[in-house]
Amino acid sequence: MKLYMESKSRIDIVSLLLFLSIALLGIASVYSATYESGAESLWQGRSGKQLMWFGVSAAVGVVIFLLNSNFFELFSMYIYVTFMILLIVVLVIGADINGARSWIRIGSISIQPSEFAKYGTSFAVASLLSNIGFSWQNRKELIQVAAVILIPMVLIVLQGDTGSALVFLSFFLVFYREGLSPVILIVGLLAILIFILTLIFTSFYLCSALVVGFLVFYAFTYTNKKIIVPSLIILSIAIFFSLSVQFLFDNVLQEHQQKRIQVTLNLIEDNRGAGYNVNQSKIAIGSGSFTGKGFLNGSHTKGNFIPEQETDFIFCTIGEEGGWAISALTVILFIAFILRLYHLARRAKKKFKRIFIFSLASIIFFHVLVNIGMTIGLMPVIGIPLPLISYGGSSVLGFCIFIFTALKMDATRDQDLISTYS
Amino acid sequence: MNKQRTYIINVAVVLVGLIFIFRLFQIQVLDDKYVNIAEKISLRRQTVYPQRGLIFDRNDKLIVYNDPVYDLMIAVPIRLKGIDTTAFCALLQIDRSEFDKMLERAKTNSYRGKSVFKRNVSNLLYARLQERLYEFSGFFFEIRQDRNYKYNSAAHVLGYLGEINKSELDKQEEEYYEQGDFNGKKGVERFYEKELRGVKGEQYLYVDKFGVIKGSYKEGKLDQDAIDGNNLHLSIDIDLQLYGEQLLDNKMGSVVAIEPSTGQILALISSPFYNPAKFNIQNRGKYYTMAISDPTKPIFNRAVSAPYPPGSTFKPLMALVGLQDEAINKQTHFGCPGFYRLGRRIIKCHPHAFNTGLQLSIASSCNTFYCNTFKNMMQLDKYENSEESYNAWRSYLKSFGVGDKLGIDVSSEVSGWLKDAAYYDKIYGNGSWKYSNIISLSFGQGELGLTPVQIANIAAAIANRGFYYTPHVVRKIENMEYIPEKYLVKNHTKISPSHFDAVVQGMQEVTLSGTASHLVIPGIAIAGKTGTVQNPHGKNHSAYMAFAPVIQPKIAIAVVVEEAGYGSSWAAPIAHLMIEKYLMPDSVSKSSKVDLERKMMESDLIPLKYKSQRNEALYGK
Ligand SMILES: [Zn+2]
Repeated sequence: MKLYMESKSRIDIVSLLLFLSIALLGIASVYSATYESGAESLWQGRSGKQLMWFGVSAAVGVVIFLLNSNFFELFSMYIYVTFMILLIVVLVIGADINGARSWIRIGSISIQPSEFAKYGTSFAVASLLSNIGFSWQNRKELIQVAAVILIPMVLIVLQGDTGSALVFLSFFLVFYREGLSPVILIVGLLAILIFILTLIFTSFYLCSALVVGFLVFYAFTYTNKKIIVPSLIILSIAIFFSLSVQFLFDNVLQEHQQKRIQVTLNLIEDNRGAGYNVNQSKIAIGSGSFTGKGFLNGSHTKGNFIPEQETDFIFCTIGEEGGWAISALTVILFIAFILRLYHLARRAKKKFKRIFIFSLASIIFFHVLVNIGMTIGLMPVIGIPLPLISYGGSSVLGFCIFIFTALKMDATRDQDLISTYS
Repeated sequence: MNKQRTYIINVAVVLVGLIFIFRLFQIQVLDDKYVNIAEKISLRRQTVYPQRGLIFDRNDKLIVYNDPVYDLMIAVPIRLKGIDTTAFCALLQIDRSEFDKMLERAKTNSYRGKSVFKRNVSNLLYARLQERLYEFSGFFFEIRQDRNYKYNSAAHVLGYLGEINKSELDKQEEEYYEQGDFNGKKGVERFYEKELRGVKGEQYLYVDKFGVIKGSYKEGKLDQDAIDGNNLHLSIDIDLQLYGEQLLDNKMGSVVAIEPSTGQILALISSPFYNPAKFNIQNRGKYYTMAISDPTKPIFNRAVSAPYPPGSTFKPLMALVGLQDEAINKQTHFGCPGFYRLGRRIIKCHPHAFNTGLQLSIASSCNTFYCNTFKNMMQLDKYENSEESYNAWRSYLKSFGVGDKLGIDVSSEVSGWLKDAAYYDKIYGNGSWKYSNIISLSFGQGELGLTPVQIANIAAAIANRGFYYTPHVVRKIENMEYIPEKYLVKNHTKISPSHFDAVVQGMQEVTLSGTASHLVIPGIAIAGKTGTVQNPHGKNHSAYMAFAPVIQPKIAIAVVVEEAGYGSSWAAPIAHLMIEKYLMPDSVSKSSKVDLERKMMESDLIPLKYKSQRNEALYGK
């Protein structure tokens, strides 16, 4: 099947098929998660709404494919600004739902601007990084990039939706791909390690261990004077960081946030409070066995044991009713889709397009990593949807537009000049 | 450089995918704990209660049937939220603080499993609540079977149900009962518990987190139907029972009537009695303390639990023992001057002809005759000493079921008192007692205690001329070929059948010319014996035992009316009215007995000291 929208433009059929497979799985899962025996057909209720949003997305997709292929690059900063304005608007007129002020109500429809902000931000990041002569060493440009990411993050945190704000961390993968020193990533990983060890062993023991480690290290290398000073500095920073983490954890984080982190690290067993969702979710998925309990037959799903099952915990339905076979298939579909998008990014001839498609792939990766990881107890409970599967109009529409834009960029790659950098 | 980084990122993505797939394999395929936990959480095993067996009388009239009681339950107390508490309280007619208290209690009972919110909800409330229960997610009804009664009668025979208690739960041989189950506590409900209860079934259902049922598990393949209990057919004649209860109304005492040829009990009455419906599950809480504090002891089953000295009703048995042991013979006469002299002691007798033979001794109830008989027996040459002769006397009595539990199928039976020789050794010193110390036993006084059912059993054994069947109230258990074996075994007494005719003649003389001659029933030959039992605490007890007809007896009966006076004035009329009612159901109303019947029914013989403390609410409808 070849779709000719402009001269010599064609949609990547592999991505399209993967997209459609995941979307179908999503609709089936939402139908099952919200199914009450004998009550509704696929076209009614939440699965019907979900279908409607896919329909809206398809319509928008057609519009995207009719646009001039240079439209996005030309208007990238305007698109970014538009979505940032939406984020500010939601803070002013947004409806307060469950303590988060992240919804704009228009009639019977609620829109969540944060689900579109990552789309807008990807334009800005792609635009900045593809500027001719962009360099990570240029402080002004570095600040620009940081600002472009921090603005939506701060605005979304202000809405009370920390999970959605964390999604913007996926841009670090883009930066790494685009030449940012890996030291930042390594420092980041070390910081996470110290963070976890601090919470497990407390700052006191960790710091003691670090000091002892340093003394042992010093005993073997005291002749080498050059290493002493830098390693002392690193040690001090590590100790300071550990103490700060302890302080922040004890004094700044709220109790439920502390608990969420502790539950994930297996520091406390809490199957009633913060751990309830994760525990029930693991039970639902774990009880699926190899082939699952069958479509619409999940007793845990039917019993509504897992709050927000059709949104953030939709993977439970797949795990329970589809068993390992379908769960693993879902993971494979996502991984394949992400890898395919990376491939599209790589074959883009324009740096702008490459970075944009790469951003999309990284964001989907982050969502999948956190969402599925949380349902099987490998990640803390962070409320972000599973792309194309979780119920929710904004999420569906946001990802669809994002994907269609990327596919449009890929479809018209032959019209582009060979990019200056690769 | 960028190529390498793309590669690293791709590897990271694949790695995450592999970790997820492996982790999923671990919790879904390798570890089956989640399957078990999921079933525990979302599967509810629901007991299906069988219908308890119904109870019928000897003419297959329904006496006891089932009546559902509704317990309002909470599926998962801690998950109860989002209901309109105000509306719920209004429906239940409770206020908010009461609601909170009940919810707290439910939580203490069970935090995560189902728990009782309110027991025994009334039918009216059930109907009202059931209609709107869908609004109150997490509440549901559990239906159990309580008992209800067609007649305000036979409470002591039937017994009652109650919630199983801890020690019963611990002691059960096979796991059957669960906390909250009902079982028979008294009467035939207890004795035939296993036959009546049936077999519980079970149902496996999926429930949601509020406990609302979502569907059946594996299409109900594991479900098991309940098997209803077996219906019980009693030997009680409910009309006779009711009639006896009317006669004994406002008296303290007991009537036991037995069919001698089978041992089947026709009526077993203990008065005061209570309305059995007041003691079912729904009502007992209200009436139990009332019954406990009533000084006339309405719960106490006098027919099987109260031993009385038999008084003169004992004399026919004493005569039989004397004949069998050859202490006397049919021609033996003793002279009675109106008393029996024992050294310086005098035992009084009543005025009657001086020369007293066996039949006259029964008809006129002569104490002197029996003192002499007893003395002769105790001094027979074949016995070495008093202990040996006493033991012989005692073993004759035992062969009639005296001094032992008969093994009746109504709970709380006692053995009564029949002391062994060691008892007298202890009182009088080893071997240093003789007939004179225990002579009052010969006319049914002293250390002798018989329950009314034991006295009736003696009447039945005499009616059968030498044997009896263990008295019982069961006639047939549906779906079972048998009744308990012991009720089909003929128990032979140690008296040879040839001795009975003389004694029976004497007993018949009682109703013709003797102490009960004023109560003759035309057309029915009755053999009887009155008794007036000395009561150190008040007026004498009035006692009577009899059987009829004399040839091929159909009914043997014992009546005791406490603190009423002469046997001939209360116990004997009541017994005769019952005999007439049983043998000729329509004759009483036509005969001249109507006045007697009314007198018996309307007389109030409850001692004055108890009257003010009685609770009428227990007895009425
Ligand atoms: Zn006399």
